[in-house]
Amino acid sequence: MTKNSRWVNVGFQIAALVLALLFTSLILLAAGAPPLEAYKNIVTGAFGSFKKFSDVLVSWVPLLLVSAGLLVTFATGLWNIGVEGQITLGAIATTWALRELQDTGLSPSLILFLAILAGMAGGAVWALLAGALKTFGGVNEIFGGLGLNFVATALTIYLIFGPWKRPGVASMSGTEPFDEALHLSLFPELRLSPWALVIAILAIVFVYFLLQGTYFGLRLKAVGKNFRAAYLLGVPTWQYMMLSFLICGALAGIAGAMQVTAVYYRLIPSISSGYGYLGLMVAMLVNYQAIWAAPVALFFAALNIGSIQLPIVLKLDSSLSGVLQGMLVLFVLIVEGVRQRIARRS
Amino acid sequence: MDSTTILIGLASVLVAAAPVVFAVMGETLSERAGVINLSMNGTILLSAMGGFAVSVRTGNLFLGFLTGMLIGAAVALIVAFSSITLKQSQVAVGFVLALVCRDLSYFLGNPFMGLAGPRLPAWPLSGLKEIPVIGTLFFNHDLMTYLSFIVIFVSWFWIFRTRPGLMLQGIGERPAAAYVRGANVNLMRYVYTVLGGALIGLAGPTYSLSVKAGWKGTISGLDGIGWIALAITIFGGWNPLRAAFGAYLFALLQWLGLVLQPSLPNIPSQVLQVAPFPLMILTLLLVNIGDAEWVERTLASLPEPTRRFFAKAFRAMRASPPAALGVPFERD
Repeated sequence: MTKNSRWVNVGFQIAALVLALLFTSLILLAAGAPPLEAYKNIVTGAFGSFKKFSDVLVSWVPLLLVSAGLLVTFATGLWNIGVEGQITLGAIATTWALRELQDTGLSPSLILFLAILAGMAGGAVWALLAGALKTFGGVNEIFGGLGLNFVATALTIYLIFGPWKRPGVASMSGTEPFDEALHLSLFPELRLSPWALVIAILAIVFVYFLLQGTYFGLRLKAVGKNFRAAYLLGVPTWQYMMLSFLICGALAGIAGAMQVTAVYYRLIPSISSGYGYLGLMVAMLVNYQAIWAAPVALFFAALNIGSIQLPIVLKLDSSLSGVLQGMLVLFVLIVEGVRQRIARRS
Repeated sequence: MDSTTILIGLASVLVAAAPVVFAVMGETLSERAGVINLSMNGTILLSAMGGFAVSVRTGNLFLGFLTGMLIGAAVALIVAFSSITLKQSQVAVGFVLALVCRDLSYFLGNPFMGLAGPRLPAWPLSGLKEIPVIGTLFFNHDLMTYLSFIVIFVSWFWIFRTRPGLMLQGIGERPAAAYVRGANVNLMRYVYTVLGGALIGLAGPTYSLSVKAGWKGTISGLDGIGWIALAITIFGGWNPLRAAFGAYLFALLQWLGLVLQPSLPNIPSQVLQVAPFPLMILTLLLVNIGDAEWVERTLASLPEPTRRFFAKAFRAMRASPPAALGVPFERD
């Protein structure tokens, strides 16, 4: 790629960002809200103080973990929409392990370690289920995954209202919170856990090297780029697809484990909080390149946290962040299409 | 439960399935032409909110339904433009639209939450509704339910019994051949995607102005229906009659969940509401498994009568998508 065309590409990306902002501003005007005021609120809501920025990082952790996992499945050409359920199963497995081990007298750090491993396993099993449905049942991973997402939600609600219900009355507020000894330790005065932060960063570094620097990653990408050719060249294709699901599910499972051990300290009905779907958008936006996942996920997390105070300050629904994130991805796709069309013409 | 209660229950299943029928028929038409409209879940929410908002503001039901259809058509136009003209991934664009439209509906629908709005009046067909059993089942509903019956039949007739319908099958199965025979493949794809989108958009107001009247934001109970409708389209094997059967089966299961709730006090109601999803996976499995390589291998090793029985069973359940589904068409 020449230097010139790289700058043209950057120009197109900026155009997509401007269009997304413009369109979202129109939506805001239609809702009778001042766009600049709204954006200012989002920015101060995310970066206004050190504490707010640390909240952005709290939301960055699961998003980065999920995005890292999805980069692996996307590399293999798989649309792992079931990632949302994989987070949920990770959270369920972590909660299960904590419940089983909390009265055994093992040291709390060992219990936490085992619980996070259980979360990894839970997410991986759920992903392998989607993978098996695809490989052995011919069920497209999009539909199998979607179905499994709803099943995971139902399972959570069943556990919260059934076997794991709080003593006294079961409610949507979740299971009984765990003892403080079983919380991942936090930075003083903040809601952010250094452990969670380190795990998320390790995950994206791992995926980056896996995809860029290993023979295994190369073969994964071969399966994604040309399934038949990879098969004919002797890559065990379905095994690689299952491995790809396994890695993504395990990372999503850790994200679920973090939600339980470092954020909510219990199982709640919407434990995955939409991070799976958001992660899919992050992976699409970075055009499946791991190196950009961290900053883009941070940007998305900032939008999420920044929009929390919109309902209080401007009486606007906080779903505005979702609108802006989605518009951004949509315009990036459209602008990319236009760029390719121009390139074909000339 | 006596027979009258069951009859009224079944009649209510037909009403509850009407929006799903619209969505599934719209998606079937679109996919028959070769375009997957994955935005359905968001489209239904946005058109439900939009249709409700317009009806509340104007007091006019017709404008509400029209708005829903226009929203559906507009979203489908984005899918068509980015996939046909710009050759971007249909799955990516559709998925993003599914999320954006959902969030848009919550954002723009905020001021309309919980407002009292107009509701589609019942319209019993006198003369027909007096027929025992059939009258209660089919002719004691509202306009949209009747329309859903008509849409099923018209879609089926159009696809399998008319010349343009044959062309439609062609552009989804073998676009190159259809092009040689004079079809403007990409234009037809635009037309069917937008038309299908309008039908999907009709599902929204059918909820918010009739079946589940009102707009309640995230607790409207509509999130997820579009994904189910997508699965039903596949279950339906891109055949309107089989797809309609799927839609009614889904509505029946949801109704059974409600009816059985009191006798299963240990199971939270939210769990029964998702009962269709495992069934959806199961049906998709049954529809597709006959094509899996290991199944074919196992079948081949079975003794003849058993083999023939299973082969026949798989073929009966099987549904293969239009061959060119999701594949852009290039003239050269």
